[in-house]
Formats: sequence, structure tokens, C-alpha cells
Amino acid sequence: MALRQFGAATAFALTVGMTASPALAVTEIQWWHAMTGANNDVIVKLANDFNAAQSDYKVVPTYKGNYADTMNAGIAAFRAGNAPHIMQVFEVGTATMMAATGAVKPVYKLMADAGEKFDPKIYLPAITGYYSTSKGEMLSFPFNSSSTVMWVNLDELKKANVEIPKTWPETFAAAKKLHDNGHPTCGFSGSWVTWVNLEQLSAWHNVPLASKANGLDGFDTKLEFNGPLQVKHLEKLVELQKDKTYDYAGRTNTGEGRFTSGECPIYLTSSAFFGNVKAQAKFNFTAVPMPYYPDVKGAPQNSIIGGASLWVMGGKPAEEYKGVAKFLTFLSDTDRQVYIHKASGYLPITKAAYEKAKAEGFYKDQPYLETPLLELTNKEPTENSRGLRLGNMVQLRDVWSEEIEQALAGKKTAKQALDAAVERGNTMLRQFEKTAVK
Amino acid sequence: MQKQAIFQSKLLPYALVAPQLAIVLIFFYWPALQAVIQSFLLQDAFGLSTTFVWFDNYVELFRDPAYFEAIVRTFVFSFAIAVSSLSFALLLAVMADKPLRGSMLYRTLLIWPYAVAPPVVGVLWIFMLHPSLGIIARYLRAIGVDWNPLLDGDQAATLIILAAAWKQISYNFLFFLAGLQAIPKSVLEAAAIDGARPMRRFWTVTFPLLSPTIFFLLVVNIVYAFFDTFGIIDTMTRGGPGTSTVTLVYKVYSDGLLGGNLGSSAAQSVILMIMVIVLTGIQFRFVERKVTY
Repeated sequence: MALRQFGAATAFALTVGMTASPALAVTEIQWWHAMTGANNDVIVKLANDFNAAQSDYKVVPTYKGNYADTMNAGIAAFRAGNAPHIMQVFEVGTATMMAATGAVKPVYKLMADAGEKFDPKIYLPAITGYYSTSKGEMLSFPFNSSSTVMWVNLDELKKANVEIPKTWPETFAAAKKLHDNGHPTCGFSGSWVTWVNLEQLSAWHNVPLASKANGLDGFDTKLEFNGPLQVKHLEKLVELQKDKTYDYAGRTNTGEGRFTSGECPIYLTSSAFFGNVKAQAKFNFTAVPMPYYPDVKGAPQNSIIGGASLWVMGGKPAEEYKGVAKFLTFLSDTDRQVYIHKASGYLPITKAAYEKAKAEGFYKDQPYLETPLLELTNKEPTENSRGLRLGNMVQLRDVWSEEIEQALAGKKTAKQALDAAVERGNTMLRQFEKTAVK
Repeated sequence: MQKQAIFQSKLLPYALVAPQLAIVLIFFYWPALQAVIQSFLLQDAFGLSTTFVWFDNYVELFRDPAYFEAIVRTFVFSFAIAVSSLSFALLLAVMADKPLRGSMLYRTLLIWPYAVAPPVVGVLWIFMLHPSLGIIARYLRAIGVDWNPLLDGDQAATLIILAAAWKQISYNFLFFLAGLQAIPKSVLEAAAIDGARPMRRFWTVTFPLLSPTIFFLLVVNIVYAFFDTFGIIDTMTRGGPGTSTVTLVYKVYSDGLLGGNLGSSAAQSVILMIMVIVLTGIQFRFVERKVTY
């Protein structure tokens, strides 16, 4: 780790040394991120555009590895006393960042201190809800957001004479039919097993995942996802796993190739999978909203987001914060949001940008890019669907996955597995509560 | 014959060992001490709040049945990795030691895998054996084997052992080959003249003469299996399915780095350190007796 940081520091020093302009008044703003490929290009372009638009500040983006690496690098840098100004943190790191009072500077405070015009209402509430306190104060700045959608291989569905399913019972029936007609190893599957089958499932059906509005209203939260709905859902998956009508594809997104290769004709994962599908799928495809159980009253509710937001780190001089605030205002610009949306496939974060993309007819050819937005804005978010904020979320997800795997492997019943996942998770939450700064 | 070197100045020998001592102190003892201190603390990831909790982190560990499972699993894994990589490397070394055409090429190729970083090893094996990505996995399924390490814990464990042992084979091979080449040819020739067949020559002459190498490699391999395999586990299974591939060192990594629970992670590494010290002690105390230098 130390060596890598040294390497990064050297690389950074060289870049700065080569590109530094003679003007001494320029204040530098460090931006650590985890974007690769086309999304990295977007980040670089945003920084360059901002730097060209004014001469007081210079945003310097630095790639720090994947989401977890970036966060760990940021934490290590903070402990060493040289944190970046802006850090991209994935949504599951939110509670950890939020608990670190003093290590971060809340965005609403930053904007007020810097005297920047800032209206949290212009952002899509389904997105900002995740990153705001219960009083509506925005803690971090939403950047790249996505949501869970159901990817469908239209050619295979047509071949098996199956309609695109809307509800879970329809999905199970469709998967059975597909399984019997040329897909013996996988009728349907999905990535991020806990995100799709616990977190999104709960929000989509307006059922709590944890108390205290899923942790948004305080760290003394308790997990509650061993209720009848979640148990019923997992029982169904366990049953379908037996003959591979459903086939588990791993904890992360390593199984996504099974959709693009045509093995699994129905696949639930992030809307950000779009880039890969477009590049690799040799069939007609679309993305539709997640299925729901029609016997649950009021379902579907609204989905919750995935992706990352920008956190501003604490303890920097006011002058530098002014630059950070200006940069966030710059990012909020409607045209810029439309550009980010189109170039990366992530969601626009402001209402105006969404309206503009719609008016331009962007979703006519690619209706599936609107699907996650329709899910997020399906209904006014409730206590159970505003978002999630649980400490140690990365590890929590691993523990939940462990228990779900036990159930799918037939070592535990669905109820036993979810009870154990809740119990082990609660122990970890109490541990987190103990260490969180009061 | 004068065997002891005599230093004129009393300070010179100290000065000469000082750099080595400094390195050992800074890079080995200092971090170890830090781990011990950290293990008595409860701290958030950012280091903003710290409480001294005495032995709470240890108590919590030993209250957790999963921790004992991880201990047993670690020993099983280490034993399997050490035995399989040692025996396979010895077999390869004996074969490569024969006068063969192009033996230099074989030797070079056999050494290569050692240059591969553990996470890369994980990725390589995933590309072969992951149920949805792997080429070999596809063939296995085609011939009717229900290959699914994502849900079958034993298969996942086998996969980890295989990958970890494969990476270590090169290192062991290198030492075995050097060891074999250091065995005087005359001894082997004498045995041959006495009428000993190849197998007998190997077990009565070569193997005992290799014993220092085997002993050294045994220690190194156990330490490797204990400490150096978390990269492979992280890329291949992340400890799953269930907890069937969570070893002690992977738990240190996931609790500390992924979970931000530095106190528990430190306590675990202290326990791990003690275990390896004891294990190495046992090896030197009992196994070394069988070694003839």
C-alpha cells in the first residue's frame, strides 16, 4: 500500500511538474476517483473544462483504483494528514464517511460557507435522499448514480414464445419456460446478490431493510430483512436453483458475461451494465423495471440507487473550499449533466437535465436508459425507499452473501439464512456504532 | 587454525551490523509492536476516536465459533498447499535434473509462475475454472460434472488450494533443483555400482541429502500458505461460498481493510503471528532432528 501511494505520489508530482502553469495564484484541488475507460475520459474532460473556464483554481483528477481502493487510499491519506479535497466514494461507503465527523465537510455547509448558490431541490430526490440527513441537508454531492434493472434478451424470449415479465411470478414462469427451451443452465440470474435480492427488493416493496429508515435516521439501527417477503423470495430462489431455472452468479458482477453470451436470457443487475451490453451482445436487448410481487400492497414503490458520490474532505483552508464549491456548481449545470448522462450512461442528477434529455428525444431510441429513472421516480420515496445507510456496508454485504449462499447450497433454509444474516449483521452494526464519532 | 575474526575496535562490529539491525527493527519489530498496541484499541477507520479496551478484541474473537472454524480451515489449507506444492515440485525437479535435450528451457518455463502476483494467479485460475467465465469449467459441465464453486464449498476450497500450490511450485522447484545439483555425482555412482536401482538410490541417497532443502521449504511454504494467500482468495472467492474459504489471513484483510475494524484485525494478526512462531518453533524442535546437514 505504502509503495503504491509512493508511486502514485511520484506520478502525480511528475504530472504537476510538467503541466504546472507559471501563474502562482492558481489553487489546486485534488480529486480522487475510481473511474476507468470511457468514464475516466469523462472525468478528465470535466476537470479540463473547469480549468479552462476560470483561472483561479485547477482541478487535478487522480485515478486511485477501484471503489474500495480509492476509499482506503483516502482514509490512509487522511490518517497521514494529506487527504484530497474531493473523493469519489461508492454508495455503500456512505455511512463510514458520514460517521467520520471532522474528516469530511458536508456539502450543504461547504456551499453555504463559500457563498455559492445552492438549492438541493433541483436534484432528483431519489438520488439526493441517499446522501442527505433526515432534515434534507446534502452531505455529499451525487455524481454517478445507477439502479437495478432487469436486462432481457429479446431474441431468446421470442424464440421461447415468452412475454417480457412484469411481476416475480411471471418472471419465474418465464424462466421455467426458457429453462426448458434451450437454457438448461440458466433461466434467469443476477449480479450483486444482496443489492438485488435484499436491498432493492425491500425498497421496491416498501418494506424496511433496517430500522430508523434503513439507518438514515441514526446509527442505532437494527436489520429487519428477515420478514415474510424476503424469506418468500429467497425460498423461491432456492427452489429454482435446484434445476438451474435460477442460477447464482456470484457476489459481484463477475457473472454478467452470462447475459451477454446468451446463456442467461434474463439478468438483473445495474443499469450501468449498459456499456458492456451494447459492446458485446449480439442480440436484441432491452432493460425493464425490476419485477414485483403483485400481492404486496402498493408495490412497486421506488428503487434505490447504486454508484458513487463526491465527498469533500475536512480540514482544508477556506480559499480552497471556495474552489471546490465552484466546481460543484459547475458540475450541476444542466448541459453538463446531460453530457455526463449521455457519455457515461449514468443517471442525470438534476431534474432539469432529465427533462432536457427527454425533450431532446434521447430515450426514443434507447428507452432502456430511462428505465432506472422511471424506477427511482416511480413514487415519492418513503422511509423504506429513501436509501440505505449502514456502517461497514462492504463487509455487511459479504456476510449477507455468505448466508444466502448457504441457503442456495441447501445447507440452511431461507429463514435460517436470513435470520443468521440479520443477527451477524447486527453484531457488526453495534461494533460500528461503538467506533463512530459521536 | 584461527577461526575467529578479531576486530581491533570494539565499535566496528556493532557498526557493521547496525544497518541490518535498523532494518529489522523498523520493518519487522516496529509494525509488530504497532499491531500489538492496535489490538488493545477500538478505533474508527479514520482514526478519529480511539478507546482503550484491554482484551475485548481478543475475547470477542474467541467467542465467535466462526473464528475457530477459520483456524481449523487454515491448518487444513496450509497442510494441503505445502504437501502438494512440495511433492509436485520435487517430482518436476528430479525430472528436470536428468540430462535432457532443452532442459534449460524446461527449467526456465517452470520457474516463470513464481513471477506472477497472487491476485493475478487468482484471475488466471478464474478464467479457467469460474463457472460462467472459465474454459475448463465449460468442458467439465459438458461432460456432466456439476462444477459450481460459487455454491459448492469443497470445490471452492480445492480451487484455492490448487491455485495457491501452483504458484509456489516454481519457488520450490528452484530450490530442489539447486539441491539436487549439489549432490555429489560420485556418491550416486557408487550406489549404482553397488547395484542400487534408481528408486532405491533416490530414497536412500538423494532424499536424505536433500533434507535440509526440504526442511527449509517446509517452513517457507507453511509461512506462505498462512500469510500470502489472501490475494488469491480475494480475487477467486472472497471467502465464499458461505465461509468455506475464509482463512485467518483473509479474515484479517476483510475485517481490517474492508470492514474498517482495525482493532479486531490487529488482534487477529497478533494471534496469527504467535501461531506461526509456535509452528516454526515446533518444526525446528522436532522436524529438524531428522535433517542431516
